[in-house]
Amino acid sequence: MNRRALPLLGMIVAAAAALVWAVPFAWMAVASLRPGVPADVAALWPAPPLGLGNYLDAWQSGDFPTWYLNTVLVCGGILAVQLVTVTMAGYAFARLRFPGRDSVFVLFLLQLLLVPTLLIAPNLTTIVALGLYDRLPGIMAPYFASAFGVFLMRQAFRAIPRDFEEAAMLDGAGMFALIRHVLVPLARPSLVAFAIVSVTFHWNEFLWPLMAVSSPSRQVLTVGLASFASGSEAGGEWGVLAAGTVLVAGPLLLAFLVFQRRFVSSFVFTGLKG
Amino acid sequence: MDAATLPIRMILPRQRAGTLRIRAQPWLLLAPSLVFLLAFTYWPLLQVLEGSFRDQAFGSAASWGIGNYARLFADLHFGRAAWNNLLYAVSTIAPSVILALGFALALRETTLFSMAARTLVVLPLLIPLVVAAALFTFVFLPGEGLLDWYLGPLGLRAVNWLGSPSLALGAVSAITVWKNTGYYMLFFLAGLASVSQELLDAARIDGARAVARFRHVTLPMLGPTFGFVLPIALVNALVQVDQVVTVTQGGPSDSTNLLLYYIYQQAEQNHDAGLAAAATVVSVAALLTLTMASLRTMERGIHYES
Repeated sequence: MNRRALPLLGMIVAAAAALVWAVPFAWMAVASLRPGVPADVAALWPAPPLGLGNYLDAWQSGDFPTWYLNTVLVCGGILAVQLVTVTMAGYAFARLRFPGRDSVFVLFLLQLLLVPTLLIAPNLTTIVALGLYDRLPGIMAPYFASAFGVFLMRQAFRAIPRDFEEAAMLDGAGMFALIRHVLVPLARPSLVAFAIVSVTFHWNEFLWPLMAVSSPSRQVLTVGLASFASGSEAGGEWGVLAAGTVLVAGPLLLAFLVFQRRFVSSFVFTGLKG
Repeated sequence: MDAATLPIRMILPRQRAGTLRIRAQPWLLLAPSLVFLLAFTYWPLLQVLEGSFRDQAFGSAASWGIGNYARLFADLHFGRAAWNNLLYAVSTIAPSVILALGFALALRETTLFSMAARTLVVLPLLIPLVVAAALFTFVFLPGEGLLDWYLGPLGLRAVNWLGSPSLALGAVSAITVWKNTGYYMLFFLAGLASVSQELLDAARIDGARAVARFRHVTLPMLGPTFGFVLPIALVNALVQVDQVVTVTQGGPSDSTNLLLYYIYQQAEQNHDAGLAAAATVVSVAALLTLTMASLRTMERGIHYES
C-alpha cells in the first residue's frame, strides 16, 4: 500500500465509525420531535408530522424546574468551594517549603484513585451523622476537596515567573492579596479548565446524589430522569423519553458545541496535568 | 523621625512573629482542602476498615472478627459481582482504549473533516451515563429498537440484548465503551502530537513500514499516555455503574451485578453496614493493586522524553 492510501483509508473508516457513534444522538433529536407513537419510532430522519408535543409532555410529567435548580445549585456550590480550596492548596504546594510537604502531597495524590464515588457507603454514614442527609450540601460535601484541582493549580502557579510576586511583595502585598490579585488572574485559564471539567462531572453524576437525598424536591436532573425514564419506557413513550434526555443533556451539549475548543483543551489539559 | 533606628525596631519583633506566621502559612492554606480530604476520603477509609471487622448481631454487643468477610465471600451474589466486574473491566477498557487509539491515529491530521468526526466521537463524554443508558435502552429494544430495526434485515432479529443473561453484561459494557472512547481519544490525540516527527521520518528513511513505525516508534512514545489513561479506565470500570442501577438492576439473574452496585444494595437497600464495608475494602484493595500492577507493567517499554 502506498504512503497516501493508508491514512486516507483510515480516515474513511474512522469517519464511518464516527457516524455510527452519533446514531444515538441523531435518534434522540429526531424522536424527540415526532409526537405520538409512530410505527417507525427508530427513524433517524425527521419525517413529518413534527412538533414539540413530546417536550411539553416531558416537562409536565417530570419536575424539571426543581431538577434544574437543584443541579445548578449543586454544581455551583461545589465549584465555588473548590475554586477556593484548590487555589489555596495549589499555592502552598507550588511556592511554599514546609516540613511534611511530600507526605501531605501523597495524601492528595491517592485521592485521584480513591474517588468519592467508591466510598459512597461510608460517606452516607458521615453525612447522616453531620445532619446533611437529604440536603443539597450533603451531595456537595465529598467533592469540596479536589486533588485533581490542587495538582492543576500547583502546575499553573509553578508556570508563573516569581518576578510578579516579588514585585507585589515589594509593594507590601500580603499573601492572600498576592494570591487573589496577582496569581489568580494569571492562572485564569487553568481555573476555567478546572471549572469546565468540574461542572461537567457533577452535572452528570448520578449514584451519589441518588443516595444522599430522598425527598423528590431535592433531586437533581440525573436522578429525576431515572424515575421519569422508567415511567416513559414502561408506557412505550419513546418520543417523550427522548425529549427528557434532551432536556437533561442539552445544556452541556450546547455549551460544548459552542465552546468546543475550550472544552476539549480543558479535558486534555486537566487530564494530562492532573 | 530617627531614620536609622526606626526600621530596626520595627523589623525585629515583626520577624519573630513573622516566622511563626510563615510556619503556619502552608497549613492555613491547606486546611480547607485537608479538612474535606480527611472527612470524605481518609475517615471513610478508616471507617470501612473498622466496620468490616466489627461483627454486629441484632441486640447483642459488637465483637471483633472476620465475620463480615466470611459472610461476604460466602455470598454468591458477591462472587458473581466480583467476577462480572472483572469481565466488565476487560470488556470496557480494551475496546475503548483500542478504539480511542484507532480514532486518534486516523483523525490526527487537523482538517475540517477530521475535526467534525472527532466531535461526534467526543459527544458522549458530555452526557450523563443515565442519559446514555436511557438512549441505549431504545438501541437495544427488541423489535422497534435501533439495532433490531436496522440490523434485523441482516438476520439479527429480536435479540433481547438487555434481557438475556448471556448478553446483558456485553450490552452494559457497550454503553460504557460508547461513552468513554472519545475521552480517551482526546488523550491519544494529545499524546500523538508529541511523537517526534523526525524519529518517524528517520524510521521511514530506514525502510520501516507503517506497522513497524507504529510498533517501534509511535507506541513506545505513547507510553506516558497509556500510563495515564489506564488508571482512569480502571477507576471507571469500578465506578461507572449508573446504567446497572437504572436499567438492569443487576439482572437478569445477577448477570450485570457489579461491585459498586452490590455495595449500593447492601448500604442502601439491605442496610447491612458490615457487608457494605467489607465489600468496599475489597474493591479499594483491588483497585489499588490493579493500578499499581498496570503502571508497573507499563514502566517497561515506556519511552520518557526528558
